[in-house]
Formats: sequence, C-alpha cells, structure tokens
Amino acid sequence: MIKKVRPHITQNESLLFERSSPGKKGYQLPALDVPDIDPAAVLGAANVRAEIEGFPEVSEVEIIRHFTRLSTWNYAIDLGLYPLGSCTMKYNPRVNELVARLDGLAWAHPYQPESLAQGAMEIMARLEAALADITGMDAITLQPAAGAHGELTGILLIRALLEKRGNPRKRVLIPDSAHGTNPATAAIAGYAVENIRSNDRGMVDLAELERIVDKDVAALMVTNPNTLGVFEGNIRSIADILHKKGALLYMDGANMNALVGIARPGEFGVDVMHLNLHKTFSTPHGGGGPGGGPVAVKKILEPFLPLPRLKRLRNRWTFDYNRPRSIGRVRAYYGNFGVIVRALAYVLAHGGNGLRNATVDAVLNANYIRKKLEPFYDLPYKAPNMHEVVFSDERQAKLGVRTGDIAKRLIDYGFHPYTVSFPLIVHGALMIEPTETEGKRELDLFADALISIAREIETDPEIVRTAPHSTRTSRVDEVAAARRPVLRWKPDNSSAKAAD
Amino acid sequence: MTYPENFRYTKEHEWVRAEGDVGVVGITHHAQEELGDIVYVDLPKIGAQIEQGKSLGSVESVKAVSDIYSPVSGEIVAVNENLGSSPEKLNQDPHGAAWLVKIRMSAPDQWKSLLSAADYQAYVGAES
Amino acid sequence: MLAACGLESAEELFAHLPDDVRLKQPLALAPGISEYEIVDYFQARATENASQYASFLGAGVYAHYRPVMVDTVVSRGEFLTSYTPYQAEISQGTLTTIFEFQTMICQLTGMEVANASMYDGSTAVPEAALMAARVTGRNRVLVARTVHPEYREVLGTYARYGRMSIEEFGYVADSGVLDLEELARGIDGQTAAVIIQSPNFFGIVENVKAAAAIAHKHGALLVMIFTEAVSLGILEPPADADIVAGELQSFAISPSYGGPYAGIIATKEKFIRQMPGRLVGETLDSRGNRAFCLTLATREQHIRREKATSNICTNQALIALMATVFMSVYGKEGLRELAEQNLAKAHYLSGKVKPRFSGPFFNEFVAATNGRAPDEINRALLKRKIIGGLPLARWYPELENCVLLCATEMTRREHMDEVGQAFLPVPQAA
Repeated sequence: MIKKVRPHITQNESLLFERSSPGKKGYQLPALDVPDIDPAAVLGAANVRAEIEGFPEVSEVEIIRHFTRLSTWNYAIDLGLYPLGSCTMKYNPRVNELVARLDGLAWAHPYQPESLAQGAMEIMARLEAALADITGMDAITLQPAAGAHGELTGILLIRALLEKRGNPRKRVLIPDSAHGTNPATAAIAGYAVENIRSNDRGMVDLAELERIVDKDVAALMVTNPNTLGVFEGNIRSIADILHKKGALLYMDGANMNALVGIARPGEFGVDVMHLNLHKTFSTPHGGGGPGGGPVAVKKILEPFLPLPRLKRLRNRWTFDYNRPRSIGRVRAYYGNFGVIVRALAYVLAHGGNGLRNATVDAVLNANYIRKKLEPFYDLPYKAPNMHEVVFSDERQAKLGVRTGDIAKRLIDYGFHPYTVSFPLIVHGALMIEPTETEGKRELDLFADALISIAREIETDPEIVRTAPHSTRTSRVDEVAAARRPVLRWKPDNSSAKAAD
Repeated sequence: MTYPENFRYTKEHEWVRAEGDVGVVGITHHAQEELGDIVYVDLPKIGAQIEQGKSLGSVESVKAVSDIYSPVSGEIVAVNENLGSSPEKLNQDPHGAAWLVKIRMSAPDQWKSLLSAADYQAYVGAES
Repeated sequence: MLAACGLESAEELFAHLPDDVRLKQPLALAPGISEYEIVDYFQARATENASQYASFLGAGVYAHYRPVMVDTVVSRGEFLTSYTPYQAEISQGTLTTIFEFQTMICQLTGMEVANASMYDGSTAVPEAALMAARVTGRNRVLVARTVHPEYREVLGTYARYGRMSIEEFGYVADSGVLDLEELARGIDGQTAAVIIQSPNFFGIVENVKAAAAIAHKHGALLVMIFTEAVSLGILEPPADADIVAGELQSFAISPSYGGPYAGIIATKEKFIRQMPGRLVGETLDSRGNRAFCLTLATREQHIRREKATSNICTNQALIALMATVFMSVYGKEGLRELAEQNLAKAHYLSGKVKPRFSGPFFNEFVAATNGRAPDEINRALLKRKIIGGLPLARWYPELENCVLLCATEMTRREHMDEVGQAFLPVPQAA
C-alpha cells in the first residue's frame, strides 16, 4: 500500500521547435535611440548570417506553458526527500534566492572599480573567514566552480608545493571507495593513479598504506567520513604516515555535512580540502548545477593559491595579484559569486550553533534510517555511520531483484531513488543520506516504503523488477540512446510523438 | 555454451583462432553476457602493433567500459567494420560474425600459453 | 527517534569518534540571525557596490536585459531544487530542456552536437584544448593573443600539468585581427589546435575560414571561442571550426560579479566520444513514447574514472536553463534584432570616440585616449555616474593608453554622448 504518492495530472507538451511557427514573437525591444545600421556595410557581407535556421518562434504564453508543463515532470526537494548518498540534498532556503538577486550584487561587473565593489568583496571575505573557521584551515580560495574543480585546484596546489621542494612526484593514492572525480582529477593534474584497497571494515588499511607510501607518492585523496558514511578513525595516523614520507593529505569534503561543528579537518592532519557549497551549504542543485567548490589549505600551501586573493589595505578590500608562487587562475574572474552569496546567507542564518545542530540532526536521521532498515536489508559494514548509511542488495539479489530495481520501485512510493551501486566496494549498494532537512514523518514514510518493497520482493518480485509503474515516463531505453545517439532535434526527425 | 575447440582463450575472456599466420580475435560468449547490452566498440587502426596482454581497445555497455586484451602479439591487418553501426552483433554472435580484429602473429608459439576450450570452459564454470 | 536508535542523548552519536579529533569549543561564527536581518545585511552590501551607474564595460561580461520570464521559470521549485537527471523517469522536465538547449546551441554555432554546459567560457577553453589533444594525439596548442587574457591564463594553468605546450601568436597592429602570417609560420605537424576568439577580445570579427584553412592544412583542429553570445544572432556561424567553445552569460545570466555563468562546447559528430561534459539523448520508454536520458556516460568520470574525458560532474544546468528561456523569448527574429541593436549602438559610439583598430567590430571596440591617462577619463566619468571603458594596459602594454568600450541594447544615447565629451582633448591652458 503506497501512502505518499497520489496520481498526478501531468500535461502533454512537445518541444519548442514543434510549437514554433514563423512570425510568433515573445519579445519586444525598445525603439532605437540611435540611427539604424546596415550590418553588411559595417561587418562585411560575408560575416553576416542568413538566418538562424530552425530556431524557435513562439509566443510568451506558449513559453510559460511550455516550461511550466515540463517542470511538472520533475521530482525536486520541494516535493519530497532525496535520499541520495553524498549529495546532501537539503532544503534550499528561498531568502538566498532573494539576496542573490539584489541589483547591486546581481548586476556587479567583475571589472568595475574596486571602490564600487566593496560590498561584493566583503561578502567573499566573510565567507572565506567562515569556511576557515568551519574547516580549521588557514586560507580559502573561492575560485573553483564546483567540487571537481576544487579537487583539481587542490591537487595542483600539492603539485606546486612539491615542485618547489624539488620533486613533484608521480603517484596519487585513491581508495577504491572513492568518487569517480578523484581519479579523473589526479589524471588531469598529471599524476598516475594508484588504487588502495579498503580493509574489511571499509576503511583505509593502515598497514597497506604504510607499505605503499614512498617518495614517489604525492598525496592520498581521502573522503572523511568515507563513502560508507563511516569516519576514518585512523585519520591522524594516516596523515602521519604520509607526512613522514613528504606526501600530503587531500580531503574530499563532499561529506562535510557530518562534521560541521563536530570536528575540523585542519585539526586532524588534512593539508588541503575542497567543500561543496551545493551540498553542505544549501545552494540549489538546479538540475545539475551551478555549484561552488572552495578549497581550504594549511599555511604551507597558501602561497600557491590561485590569484587574485582578497587583501585588506588601508581599510578597504583589494585584489592582490602580486603572488609569484600562485598556480595561476583556475577560471576567469573570482568565483561563482552568486553561489557564494547563497552559501553566506545560509551560514549567517544558522550561525555556529545552528550549523552544529544541523550536523547533529543529519547524523541522527541517518542512524534512525539505519535502525529501521537493518532487519530488512544487508548492512555489509557494521561500523557506526555518520550522516549516511550504505546497505547492500545481497538478500534481494538472491530473489532476482537488484538495487537498481528497488530504486525504481521507490519512485512509485513517491520518493527519488537513493544512490545506486556506489560505492563500488559494496555489492549492489543502496547509499542513503537523508540530511537534517527531513523530519520524522518523512523519514518514516521513506523507511516504510523500503520495508514494503522488501516484502514485495518476497511475494511479487516482478512488480519491483518492472517498476516504476506510476510515472508519466516508464523505464527508458538507455541502450538505444547509446548505440544510436540522437543529441539534437532536427526537422525531419521521425521519432515517436510525445505521450498522449 | 560449448566453446569452439579450434579456438584458444584468455582469462580475460578473449578468444583467438588461426587463419594461417593470422589470428582472428574476439571476445567470448561469457564476456558479452557479463557486459550486457553492448553499445560501442573502440578498435585500433590497421597497421597498429600490439603486444600480448596489452589493451587493443575497449567494449562499452551503458554503464561500464572493459578493455580488450590482445591474446597474441603482432600487427593489426584487419578490423571488423560492421561493429560501428551494429555493436549489438557482439551480443548476438561473439564467436562468429562479431570478430574484432585480425592480427598477423609475430610469435606463433604464444599459442601454447593460451587456454584450450576445455580449460576455458572449466575456468568460466568455476567463476560463475 | 533517539530511543529508536537505542541512544539517550544526541551526543552519543559521536561517541565513536576519537577524542583527539573532536572540536572542543564552539565555532567562532556569530549566532544565527533572522531572515529580515539577512536581507538587511545583503542590502547593505549591495549599496556598497555600484548602483544606478551607466556602464561601458564588456570584456567577457555583458549587460543585456534579462526578460522577467527567465526568473519566473528557473524559480519553479521543480527546476531550482531538482537533482542531476540520472533518474530519467522523474527528470523529463530537466532532460527535455537540456535537449532543447543542445539543439539551439547547434543551430546558433553551426556545429553538429553540443554538450549540456561547462562551468564557464574560461574553463571551456582548456577542455577544448585537451579534447583536441585527444583527437589528434598531439600536444602543441597555438592560441591568439586576442583571446580573452584571463581565458588564456586558465588555459596556461591546465596545460602546465596536462603536458601541453602553449604558444601565442599576435594580431595585426592597425586592423586588430589575427596575424595569419605569424600563425602560418608557427604551426607544424605537432600542433593539436589553433585557438582563436571571434569577436575577439578587442571586439573585432575574425576571418574564421582563413584561420581554419591554415589549421587544417597541418592536420590541427580549429577551436573558436566566443564570449559575447549575442553576436551569434548576426554573425555567420563558424562552420569551419572543429570545436566551438564559449560563454553564454549574455543570455539572461546576471553579471553577478563574475559568476555563476555557463560555458558550452559544441563540435562535429565525429568527435563526440572525445567530448567532455554531459549529453542528453532522445530515446523511447518501454511504452514506446519519446523520452530523454543522459547518454554516452562512458566518457565521464563516474564510469571511466582516471581515463575520463574530463573530471567535470556538477555543471551549470540551471544557468543553461536561463539561457534556454532567453533563447525562446527572443527566438529566431528577436536574437537577430537584438544583435542589430547592439551593432547600431556601438557604431554610434564609435562616431563619438574613434576606434583604434580598423577591423569590423560587433558591440565593443578599443579606443585610444589621445595622450591622457585612461584612469583620468574614467575618474571624470565616474563623477557623472558612468563607469567608463576597461583600461587595457594590464594585459597589452603596447595599448597602454587605450580602453575597451562596450555598448549594448541597454546603453543610452545620452550616456554615449557624455563619453564622447569625456574623450575630447582637454583644451591647453593659455
């Protein structure tokens, strides 16, 4: 019995190009207050295009209806829980949207005179200070646009330091439980990736680490808590092993939602880390971005930070470009300022105690879910978990149902799936992170849904294997999409019509 | 599944059969079953030199990529053009029409180091 | 809930952590404040920034009108607070808009396939260079000095560790266009890509065809960058390019002191598998209805890990949606009319302030300050609440008495007249 979801009337809608017809307009420009001009005369006829072939022509009301209808086909935090592990899909406060749109902030040009940008610079400086406090690190850069970008920045900083010491070294160690961006990043930074196996408790194996760290290892990239939601209790020893051999410790901060106000990476041996503003700091995911990936470093890495850096000079903020050891820029301008504004608003709203309370609630919620589901799903790693918990589909797989199917059936119960099949060290993983946003009621509905599905698998596995049944779109043919990719609309496309 | 007797096999699930001094190479039935629906095959160019045990390309399903390791050393003399437009052939006929490459073998006694059909059958029997 | 977990207090949740990692004192942050105090704080910061100034700044970030509908659409919770569309059945809204976005970028640029966004224009440049390196198997890149200076800096940072060598080639002194002869002398069989920008940093439209011909003669790819997307409304699309990378900030994305923006990479179909970033494809669901899904994911980090085409994960989906709404609002005729207005405004200004270069320009151009320091002219303009052009000395020492002036559809005639006045030579003292 499905308690949460009710059938939803969704609209039909086709593509903009299919609604288009010549002469329809959605815009009106003011009359020119300067003389008109002949483009061919000033640009040269060869430089002027004929028309934008196929570009849509639709009216304002059609545009509003088009996007409104499409939006009703999406799930969102505003509709319910997202249990996605390591994504920290917490509520996106709406006051953040308002302040980011204030004219003085939204219309600020990055090259306007510093005397007219003090407000923007103050906001950035304030967030830098807050993040330094939260992480226990010495210096922050807000330049990176997302977590992966922050990872790259962090590894480049490590490389720059090691180069200054005479040898950039060759390898970066990455646990087999790591997120894919970690090895991809190390490769782009010019390092060979060496995987380090987790021990039988899913954590970094100290003996193994001791054995493989040598003078060719530049760094270990660790996520803490790890992707099982478990705190690496040996983290100080891990840091010591690396530092003894002149290597550094990089921490992927994706799981910071378990640590804010409880523990500070700068105090347990981390040299450099990134944060995800769109995870821990509530900025909206927007269907896949934008994000923000600030990097926090210890003093030894500060000289290498991307330029420019904010500096206080005679009671005003200024950008300091005189940084000879800097790795350079990792993007134009200063950072995803609009995301920075939202993150700062979140920090101001909570304050120190509020942020700590959020962490406590996040960890409590995950533990509550664990207790409710433990009787029904295999828990491969029994260590205490923090803000997320990872189950395995072992029990259900014996009856022919995998984690992917369970995830799809969860949709029929009104929820977005959890993270499927990650981390790779768990067979058929179900990775669940509820965040502090969810109250007991939503958590109970969620846990009850998964329990109900576990029972369905025993009596009627087919209904789970062929889920979802209640969505407008059923399972899509990903194989056909990959074999014969159709990546744009064309006028002569002979694909099936949108559902009636 | 009966694995052809005249083929030789590797533990990474490739097969090779001899056409004179040329080895015709493919992936086994077991491999395509493990991969699921194959969506793309990445193959080397004709003339490329390849070493036994080194990757000569890859096979992709929607969610995974697997390297193809060459069972023998030599020079690529032919590449199966049909797989570009119809990668599904690799699921349908992995031992026949969906061969991957032909290699002029540079070290014919590598043949002895490969698994026989019976050995391979036992190996995959043990694995599953 | 604590009882259900078998705990007596919330603190027990952390009892398993080693004592020496626990934070023993509260964070130094001030206590939390109310919503109204938050708004106050940011309003105060906003007034410390420029307010009600006319601006002649461009240089990669442009002041274009943002149709109200853009925020109406992106503020819908189903778009704003939704996740990356990995679960196709409940993300068709996002997936459909991305498919439309990919299509419109192809239509604008003349390319065959476009991705779902990169962080911004500046990071799209090294991604395009790395892509060209993968396609050609070579590692030299030639980049024009007239590509945005900060974009070139970003390219330099990535290239240093991506084992690519970057060399620059210049521009022709009087016209401001690419020095094609210098390019032809510098290119060789190890060149993976030639990177140019059009309109270039000086606002001048380049001969993309000629540059492409030189690149192709040597088996290199031609990468064309754009920073002013509105120019695509009027300019001939760069069909001779192999990769087009650029910035969409002009399409209803707030300048927002430097970000978030949205970059794109578009290319020919034959290069699809070397392309970074997400791609949305069309397919059918199990009932035979049209549906969209993320596809060709085997290029990406979550599958290929260290062999991925890029490490990018989170991109700029909501920002790309703003651009999609903008493109639908203006449409085929509107985007052209908008571009024509920009052209008209900038050319009116060029009648008041003489351009330094003779090459054809879109909505920005370089002007010399007739022996006066650019800062002096800008100070005078600031007193009249006008932010003047961008002084170029910091990147182009040979242009030390020049500024880059931009005029868009939002620029008013009376302000352009004032700028013209400010540039007049000051009468000599008697």
